[in-house]
Amino acid sequence: MNSLNVIVCIKQVPDPQQLSKITLDPIRKTIRREDVPAVINPLDKHALEEGLRIRDEYGGRVTVVSMGPPQAELACREALAMGADEAILLCDRAFAGADTLSTSYSLSLAIKRIEGFNMILCGNETVDGSTGQVPPQLADFLNIPHVTRARRIEFTKEKTARVERSIEYGYMVVEVTLPAIIAVTKEINVPRIPTVSGILEAHQREVKVWAPKDIEAEEERIGLAGSPTQVVDIFSPEIGRKGEILRGEPEEVAKLLVQRLHELGVI
Amino acid sequence: MIEEFKGVWIFAEQRKGKLLDVSLELLGGGRELANKLGVDLSAILFGHDVSKLAKELIAYGADNIYLISHPLLEFYQSDAYAKVMTDLVNQHKPEILLVGATAIGMDLAPRVAVKLETGLSAHVVKLEIDEKRQLRQIMPGFGGKVMAVVVCPNRRPQMTTVRPGVFRKPARDESRRGDIVKVEVDITEDDLRARTIRMVEEKPREKPLEGAEIVVAGGWGMRAVGGFKPVRELAELLGASVGGTRPALDEGWIVEEQMIGQSGKTVRPKLYIGLGISGEMHHTVGILDSEVIVAVNNDENAPIFQVADVGIVGDLRDVLPHLLKEFERTR
Repeated sequence: MNSLNVIVCIKQVPDPQQLSKITLDPIRKTIRREDVPAVINPLDKHALEEGLRIRDEYGGRVTVVSMGPPQAELACREALAMGADEAILLCDRAFAGADTLSTSYSLSLAIKRIEGFNMILCGNETVDGSTGQVPPQLADFLNIPHVTRARRIEFTKEKTARVERSIEYGYMVVEVTLPAIIAVTKEINVPRIPTVSGILEAHQREVKVWAPKDIEAEEERIGLAGSPTQVVDIFSPEIGRKGEILRGEPEEVAKLLVQRLHELGVI
Repeated sequence: MIEEFKGVWIFAEQRKGKLLDVSLELLGGGRELANKLGVDLSAILFGHDVSKLAKELIAYGADNIYLISHPLLEFYQSDAYAKVMTDLVNQHKPEILLVGATAIGMDLAPRVAVKLETGLSAHVVKLEIDEKRQLRQIMPGFGGKVMAVVVCPNRRPQMTTVRPGVFRKPARDESRRGDIVKVEVDITEDDLRARTIRMVEEKPREKPLEGAEIVVAGGWGMRAVGGFKPVRELAELLGASVGGTRPALDEGWIVEEQMIGQSGKTVRPKLYIGLGISGEMHHTVGILDSEVIVAVNNDENAPIFQVADVGIVGDLRDVLPHLLKEFERTR
């Protein structure tokens, strides 16, 4: 196998372990992301690890591409610390408010400026949007094939990857021609932890920051302007359940609960 | 022109010659939307030798079936399915296209949305038609604190993916009539850049959530008692299926098929018991149609108590042993 140049798309997201701390700005109807620390989307770390393993085995380059607000630079730097060769961040107010179509369009323009890539790896979904829509959409903008939910990737012949993808109660085996986008699940590997020297060195390295003009983006196709879907309303749903709370000694409440369920006829 | 787009379409997914339940559920939800709009309900069906399934789709409520039958399309092939679906939509211009949020649906729908240059929302829990004939796509948002309503005002079709269990399977009516349109396609293996060569099914290791009468679910709070053993013990006592939240999945206590919530399963058991579950909306949207909801949590402010019929505020370490004993005693 020849060397493989891999692009890894990453996104900075609110730390999933602390998501419940997110508060809503009731006036602007947006979330206050500042309340929660930001990390590399966990599945994107698995994608990056896979890219680094491929480079370790076959040679090549790993280039990380991301889109986000200025603090997303930290996520790019963490990717460099893990071992990525280069990091590019699309950052500009005009990119903000993008849905997945608009995000994929923007990322595709950035990627088109990177020469000679053989594959693109992404996490299968993010912990904040959770749609998993960007990898297939990015693939279509780039006119390359895609495979989602990959738990294993092998290279069986030149310009082809054999991918095992998980499905409900089973898996599929897909052969995909390269270049392709492969979106990975957490079963694929265990991400490495950046070394101290990696972290120190990453501080010195450049994260390239690109604006819409750097990728020749059409204004009306990026950010909120380029998003066909929009949130028009938010509300707290009415639930309307009885909500009887049993209090007391554990032995008592346990007895009470089981009795209540017998009364209700559900056990 | 937006007004030209009429009709509600669904992607009918089949695997190994069997229609997935979610496809029939989409016909249930789709029928309500079609009736409100005064339009036809149609389904796209790919496969090989699946005309029997086309008749099934009509019995479950479809007015038209677009049937693409080809030996190379027996399994899901993303390039071919995406291209054919796009061509059909461009030809017939439906205003709404629903896709089941399965491993295949979630792979296919986004690509089609780009080809159609239209919006796609994911994991809706409710769909409504507003006074402008627009599709209101409702899902939990913003960290699960509220419900968000999404619309796609300027592009058609309005596309959305719907998790299994969100809609109900409609009644089967053998006497229903519909049109089956056979769509001819010309494909060779070379056209399939991502080619499915094998599909392997694995039997679920534990009683599945689908159709369970009783569900015992656990969340992050089970950490306090060292994991999921008590959840499984209680499930066994009650003949229940085991479920959990995303944190439970991340901990490895359950598998993906056991996760309940917006991007997991929707369950409608007689009885749901949530142990150590805080009750964020991402999870609770998956349980709201349960007959009786019970929760045990040590935090009286946990949102789960807003949706529970009966709750115990207490330490799992103290409460669980007594609960297990009491269920055992009275069975």
